[in-house]
Amino acid sequence: MADTAVNLEASPAVPIDQERSTLTQTELIWRRFLRNRLAVIGGIILIVFYITMVCFPGFFSPHNHLIQREDYISVPPQLPRWFDEEGKFHWRPFVYGFTTELDMERFEWVHFVDTSQKYPIYFIARGEEYKLFGFIPCNIHLLGVEPPGTLFLFGTDELGRCLFSRILHGGQISLTVGLVGVILTIILGSIMGTISGYYGGLIDNLIQRLVELLMSFPDIPLWAALSAALPPEWSPAKRFFAISAILSLRNWTGLARQVRAKILAFREEDYTLAAQAMGASDRRIILVHLLPNAASHIIVVATLSIPGMILAETALSFLGLGIQPPVVSWGVLLQHAQEVAVVMDRPWLLLPGLFVVLAVLSFNFLGDGIRDAVDPYSN
Amino acid sequence: MAAFIGRRFISMLITLVLVSVVGFIVINLPPGSYLDVYRAQLMVLGTSTAEQQIKALEKRYALDKPLYYQYLKWITGFVRGDFGRSFQYNREVSELVWNRLGFTVVVSVCSLVFSWIVALPIGIYSATHKYSAADNIFTFLSFIGLSIPSFLIALVLMVISSRYFGMSVGGLFSRAYENAPWSWAKLVDFLQHLWIPVVVVGLADTAGLMRVMRGNLSDILSMQYVQTARAKGLPERVVIYKHAVRNALHPLIMNLGMSLPGIISGSTVVSIVLSLPTCGPLYFNALRSQDMFLAGTFLVFMAIMLVIGNFLADIALAMVDPRIRYE
Repeated sequence: MADTAVNLEASPAVPIDQERSTLTQTELIWRRFLRNRLAVIGGIILIVFYITMVCFPGFFSPHNHLIQREDYISVPPQLPRWFDEEGKFHWRPFVYGFTTELDMERFEWVHFVDTSQKYPIYFIARGEEYKLFGFIPCNIHLLGVEPPGTLFLFGTDELGRCLFSRILHGGQISLTVGLVGVILTIILGSIMGTISGYYGGLIDNLIQRLVELLMSFPDIPLWAALSAALPPEWSPAKRFFAISAILSLRNWTGLARQVRAKILAFREEDYTLAAQAMGASDRRIILVHLLPNAASHIIVVATLSIPGMILAETALSFLGLGIQPPVVSWGVLLQHAQEVAVVMDRPWLLLPGLFVVLAVLSFNFLGDGIRDAVDPYSN
Repeated sequence: MAAFIGRRFISMLITLVLVSVVGFIVINLPPGSYLDVYRAQLMVLGTSTAEQQIKALEKRYALDKPLYYQYLKWITGFVRGDFGRSFQYNREVSELVWNRLGFTVVVSVCSLVFSWIVALPIGIYSATHKYSAADNIFTFLSFIGLSIPSFLIALVLMVISSRYFGMSVGGLFSRAYENAPWSWAKLVDFLQHLWIPVVVVGLADTAGLMRVMRGNLSDILSMQYVQTARAKGLPERVVIYKHAVRNALHPLIMNLGMSLPGIISGSTVVSIVLSLPTCGPLYFNALRSQDMFLAGTFLVFMAIMLVIGNFLADIALAMVDPRIRYE
């Protein structure tokens, strides 16, 4: 118990037990959470993801993700280098340019690294225009090179669009689909679960049958059928919310069942009976006594259901039933990597998959850590 | 026991009816009817009997009648095995479904068996050697297994095997055998192709099963009756396999019921990437081209399998665990 020992030194007058007993519940949870290193790492990765991709994708991407460039079709990743071809070290990293030739046999553009063109990478550089938060015009990027140089960190796709920038913008959609879906899941799941558990009787029976009915459909096929039914003329934003809603339509059932079980147990507790005896209204009992107790449980279930939603959105978009281009999500990006021949030729097109895995893995670790942390009886 | 089964059976029937209603509504959600598409197709062909054909179909599926009437018509046909007609393939849905069902079941059952064979021993080992190096590695691997979309694993495996082994992956047969009659050589070829989908489809389940088994077993190992068994001086093998593992299997039996529809849907996305001749790709094509009788039949079929699977799992559970019967 290294951390307790450190605290002991900081305040030698307080014995361990007493010091521990003065910690609030939140502090205890926080402490247990920090002890789980994988969960902390997952949390940090997610914070970085949400800042770079959801909040400021335009600033962190070196290029505009929608601009197509005929001269840079399927360019391999340009890696930042510190040593040039003579082995000389440069403090400022740089990338090499390309010379492009037409391969007359396959009739494709082939790009060769040209060591004579060197483009130093600048921080906070001016580049292509983008809209900050979707409406403020801005052209400042974290990384940039002087034109005519380019900085395709992850290469480009078959239309010459910067893959790295597209991954960041795709993350904006993929990561928020999970969040919006989970918020809907929490709202629906806790309301239905609470009503079902607290009032019981006929309502409970009806809700439970509904839950059973929705659970009777396999998830991916049901989602696919519902997304296929979305009118194609809907705007991207409308479609985005519709897909989140579709994902949570089946997802809330699991949460509702668990909340119901919790509420059923809490309803018989002495404090609830005391509150009832004192004449508290149903509303007060539910909002003040029951739901806060179930809150930690709800948060855990919610966190653990985000990865499933991200994976589902990726799969749906991958098959062309989810988010539609020109809006990008990780699944949409992976559509380009559907054929083996393409992937063999341009393996960097699989990189969006790496981000899916990282995000989902982090959410799994984080959820696991939170679950262990909020359970007061875990060691 | 009989009363328990009877009660569960009745509630299953009710769920089945509701499932078919919802399935039918989902089929009819998209704007425009499949007959419009079909009519356009016939127009292009310039068949003179087009109008008559359309009229006949309209009559057959009661498409000019209100929705509830159409449902009744469809569901009575469904029970008799007439699932309607696929407009895209211009064949009976039942024909298409049976065609693909065989391979689907083979692939799915194999991957189910694969995941159980791999996951259970590892889960048991992890629970009995908690926090050992091997357990930590398995835990980490299972997290990764849960986090990688299975179609991505399929893609990567395909790339690796064609780049380094020069094998064409995808499909269940090499081109030479695709239309050949069954023979010894074809069977060998089939088995060579079978392992990739089996491993890919099974892998995601394996990771989940492993976690569940580890969690259950380690909960049970800390129970008092396990201590008692040890105190009696029983050998550790008996304590673990006879006393603990048996009880830890309960949630997994529930899980087995849940994976029954997977046998039909056969991990849809993976099948599309690997271009397997299973039901999954057919279902997706049907959704895309609004071939709604085909899609609807699959959807309801899968739901029915799930409901029946849950029913069977409940009975299996009640047999293993008498407490459940007296709920």
